[in-house]
Amino acid sequence: MAMQFYASPEQVQRDRSEYARKGIARGRSAVVLSYEGGILLVAENITTLRKISEIYDRIAFAAVGRYNEFENLRRAGVRMADMVGLTYDRRDVTGRALANAYTQTLGAIFSETQKPYEVEICIAQVGASPEQDELYRIMYDGSALDEPGFMAMGGQAEAISNVLRERHDVNADLPSALALAAEALGSVGGENGQPRTLEAKQLEVAVLDRRRAGRTFRRIADAALTSLLGHQSVPDADLGETDAAPPAHGDSKPTESAASENTESAAPEKSAESE
Amino acid sequence: MATGFDPSGRLPDIFLNTGTSSFTQFLSAAAPELLPGRRPLPPGLSAGDVAPHGTTIVAIATAEGVVMAGDRRATMGNLIASRDIKKVHPADAYSLIGIAGTAGIGIELIRLFQVELEHYEKTEGAMLSLDGKANRLAAMVRGNLGAAMQGLAVVPLFAGFDLAPADPARAGRIFSFDVAGGLYEETGYEAIGSGSLFAKAALKKRYREGVGTEDAIRLAVEALYDAADDDTATGGPDLTRKIYPVVMTATANGTNRLSDAEVTAVAEQVVSGRMENPGG
Repeated sequence: MAMQFYASPEQVQRDRSEYARKGIARGRSAVVLSYEGGILLVAENITTLRKISEIYDRIAFAAVGRYNEFENLRRAGVRMADMVGLTYDRRDVTGRALANAYTQTLGAIFSETQKPYEVEICIAQVGASPEQDELYRIMYDGSALDEPGFMAMGGQAEAISNVLRERHDVNADLPSALALAAEALGSVGGENGQPRTLEAKQLEVAVLDRRRAGRTFRRIADAALTSLLGHQSVPDADLGETDAAPPAHGDSKPTESAASENTESAAPEKSAESE
Repeated sequence: MATGFDPSGRLPDIFLNTGTSSFTQFLSAAAPELLPGRRPLPPGLSAGDVAPHGTTIVAIATAEGVVMAGDRRATMGNLIASRDIKKVHPADAYSLIGIAGTAGIGIELIRLFQVELEHYEKTEGAMLSLDGKANRLAAMVRGNLGAAMQGLAVVPLFAGFDLAPADPARAGRIFSFDVAGGLYEETGYEAIGSGSLFAKAALKKRYREGVGTEDAIRLAVEALYDAADDDTATGGPDLTRKIYPVVMTATANGTNRLSDAEVTAVAEQVVSGRMENPGG
């Protein structure tokens, strides 16, 4: 029988932390920041496997690290949000409750299992104004931070954060916020420390649009993303729809729940078909 | 605290299992008591008389998509339980659902179906096909069969804009169901509920394939008027209280509920037309 060697708890924790940090540092980074119109989520991602997604009406999820692990956490979050929303009301689903569930889950995985999750996740909840936005950073070991305004995740988060810290402005418009995010992500990883210019196809971009009622998550891709990166603003209607649905031309209405009538009154414009 | 949550605050294993993208299937494992149809009912009783019932819903396929409209009355025996109940709702961005039968079960079914569709969309990053949505709804109706046998029956009408239709000219599609969860695709138009015979008779005479949305809205309100004319459980346009049918459309632009002003205008035209010619 193999001999069990003694390792102190401190040593075990240190080893696990180091292992998780190394795993996270191998991947590309992501940034989340508040801007005047909502919360912008940008990840450097050349694949179609998503790092950013919708959890609920006003809550989004962004992650870096090992895909299978954060995908698992994302699904669990969607399940939790949908279950709470069905049991109580859509308004009772909060980013903080989700962040708490994630910290408990990641904390337990970190201390109880051989291999910690190599992930770092962000739960973003958009408010009525940038001051009311909530950004939670949850680390591989279950530690959680409430980061007002902006945050960067991934291997070189510190360097990226420095760029954001200097220039971040909650009253910036979407093109400026995106330009800053792209520049921050491009500030690391270049040859000989040179900054890189990231193009539309290297970025995965989404927003939580604070002006919308109901589901506020919108992906920005293709033509809309290219023109935004070129500092041109894009009409709201040309921003992508929530996941899966093709871009709508009229004002997209929130899905009204049979039990939450209040979301309906917030759908102002007439759609084309009733003209 | 929601049922099924671990007291330690961490997400229970069932949340972290890869599992399925169906929310109802997840609930059936994590919190089966939240599903309609899983509740034990007292044997032998008919609960049909104690719960409000909703009645007539009509759906019409148009050149641009579909129109669905429902009257506002809920009845309990010979009493009017509600004058302004809403029986037509958006199921998701491109589809509509209307319910007839036991109102409480119907509204619960709609809420669960809305979450089911949104949940799939969020977990998979892709929307279900229109047929996929209809099949999921059929399975949910099937799950209610036990309650239906005891008088708590609900039958939905489902219609939507098909984003990838086999025939581009027929992107607006309508599906009806029976209490056993049978799923039937309808061509042109369909009505459900106690006033449906009269509504369908009206539509049979007036419906033309490829009708425009504007005309279809008028047709739907006329059909509801005819249903209310002959069925006591269906409410007509309530001029005194200004309560008019709920009319929704689903087209390439998504779902849209007609504003009060728009429905009022159509309903008033229909009523004034009937003043001159009661037969329509």
